[in-house]
Amino acid sequence: MKGKTIKTSTVIIYLILSLWSLTTIFPLVWSVMNSFKDKKAIYNNSFSLPLGDLFSLDNYRNIFANYDILKAYRNSFIISGTVAVVVVLFAGMAAYIMTRYRFTGKKILNTLLYAGMMFPIYSTIIPVIRMQSKWGIVNTEHVGLNLLSVILPQIAGNMSFAIIVLSSYIEGIPMELEEAAYMEGCGMVQTYFKVVMPLTKPSFVTVAIFSFLWSYNDLFTQMFFLRTKDNWAITILLNNIASKEGVNYGALFGSVTMIVVPVLLVYLLLQKYIIKGMTAGAVKG
Amino acid sequence: MDAKIYQNKKFIIFFLIPAFLFMFVFLYYPFVRNILNSFQNIKYMASPSGEWHVPVYENYEKILHDQKMGIAMKNTGIMIVATIIGEVGIAIVLALLVSNIKRGAGFFRVTFFFPIVISATALGLLFNLIFLYDKGMINQILQFIGYLDAGSNELIDWKDPAHAMVTMLIPVIWQYVGFYFVILLTGISGISEEYYEAASLDGATKFQQSWYITLPLIRNSISTCVILAVTGALKVFDLPWTMLVNGMSGTWLTGTYMYSKVQNDVDYASAIAVVIVILGVVLSGIVNRLFRSNSDYEG
Repeated sequence: MKGKTIKTSTVIIYLILSLWSLTTIFPLVWSVMNSFKDKKAIYNNSFSLPLGDLFSLDNYRNIFANYDILKAYRNSFIISGTVAVVVVLFAGMAAYIMTRYRFTGKKILNTLLYAGMMFPIYSTIIPVIRMQSKWGIVNTEHVGLNLLSVILPQIAGNMSFAIIVLSSYIEGIPMELEEAAYMEGCGMVQTYFKVVMPLTKPSFVTVAIFSFLWSYNDLFTQMFFLRTKDNWAITILLNNIASKEGVNYGALFGSVTMIVVPVLLVYLLLQKYIIKGMTAGAVKG
Repeated sequence: MDAKIYQNKKFIIFFLIPAFLFMFVFLYYPFVRNILNSFQNIKYMASPSGEWHVPVYENYEKILHDQKMGIAMKNTGIMIVATIIGEVGIAIVLALLVSNIKRGAGFFRVTFFFPIVISATALGLLFNLIFLYDKGMINQILQFIGYLDAGSNELIDWKDPAHAMVTMLIPVIWQYVGFYFVILLTGISGISEEYYEAASLDGATKFQQSWYITLPLIRNSISTCVILAVTGALKVFDLPWTMLVNGMSGTWLTGTYMYSKVQNDVDYASAIAVVIVILGVVLSGIVNRLFRSNSDYEG
């Protein structure tokens, strides 16, 4: 009797959980399926597999002919890669000092760090645009400068979070190792790069992934600084496809698929780091 | 802390400067500047900051009488309540369920979390297709199960004023459930097995164990989730902007409304941004207090 009740409840639990999984998996499958169908097939058979007569590559031909997807990927990787590397490097250095040294003004810096996490992008974006325009790096003819105008505020936007997360990891390593390095004659710089950084490598990877994804997905900043075709990164490109191809559903399915599938593959490969990275602030802090 | 090796502080400034310089130039200074801007006259992005307003709080008075801002505030309020109940609520249920199964927890973790790594822009597009009027996924399913009459091709316009808010809320809630799910699951995994062993010896059912042991012990995780949900709800932008451009069908949020003002009324947009900050600080303060006053016992 008892065994049976446990079984039914377990079945119900799995049923509910599977239903939620279905809501996250199915829309994507649906989108991939329809990206390989022409307009008529999408309209009449949106739930069937794109096999035989239904199969078509027109959507992808159309997208590649009209939009420079590869350039957008390149721009996105330049922007988000730079953001991730710079954030990890500078945040790590600051986190090391903040956890290991005592110095005047440390309390103020700490307060500033936590305050920095509270500022929404809305409250800083206008002065940043005006400032960067004065510097002459906004809406220029040089793609590099335009990308830089996105990179700089995004680095700052991730910095305080990265310092707080990295600090909590650096705090966790035993100081004896650093003392040993000191005895061997290592200075501050060497101790940091040769002892602290290698020991906390996974947390650096975690923070880098977080910063990369955050930057890659951030539409708001891209809308202000990447206004012309040559400068488009993936997210803003997608937004523009959406507004231009309004009723061309095939193109929409195709572009969603092309943008989501690479991220999905990376996610499946690195899911441990990614899930940890994106929840690190909440769980650790 | 004051270990011998960390006595020499001559060069620490060089390790601190790069990070904090970035934050001073691109966060703290603009933040203060933005507050000042909200009291000044600035028509376009490129115009220099003009004179101070007379009275100096003119923009804030304007906000009080701005109907669209009123709609945006109301919708943001709805968004906050919906995210707390929807995101955190569903996440609690799912986390409790997963903590009761032995196999497949990893699979559910990966699939539940997946929407968060996808850009909200892509999801907005995807949901546009799902909520499409003719031949959207939802309308097709509703016709299939007979809720809508397939013969006369009866359809629901998910973006009309009657449905637009729900159409906007569902994807936002759906995307972030997995995020809170993982945070709560981490909290649950920290609970000692002994509590459950003792309880099952006393004959407590699994349900009772979840209700009387797990829930009270993850109180701190829940409060973290609620604060994140509130501050997150104030920041939502990409998804609503992709799905319902320019506050279509009365769906303005404080963030999207602020963006719409950036192009031609810069100082007013600054004032809206200040209001968003104040709301964030006040609301997270309230949530913090609510949860603290009741938590006399700690896990």
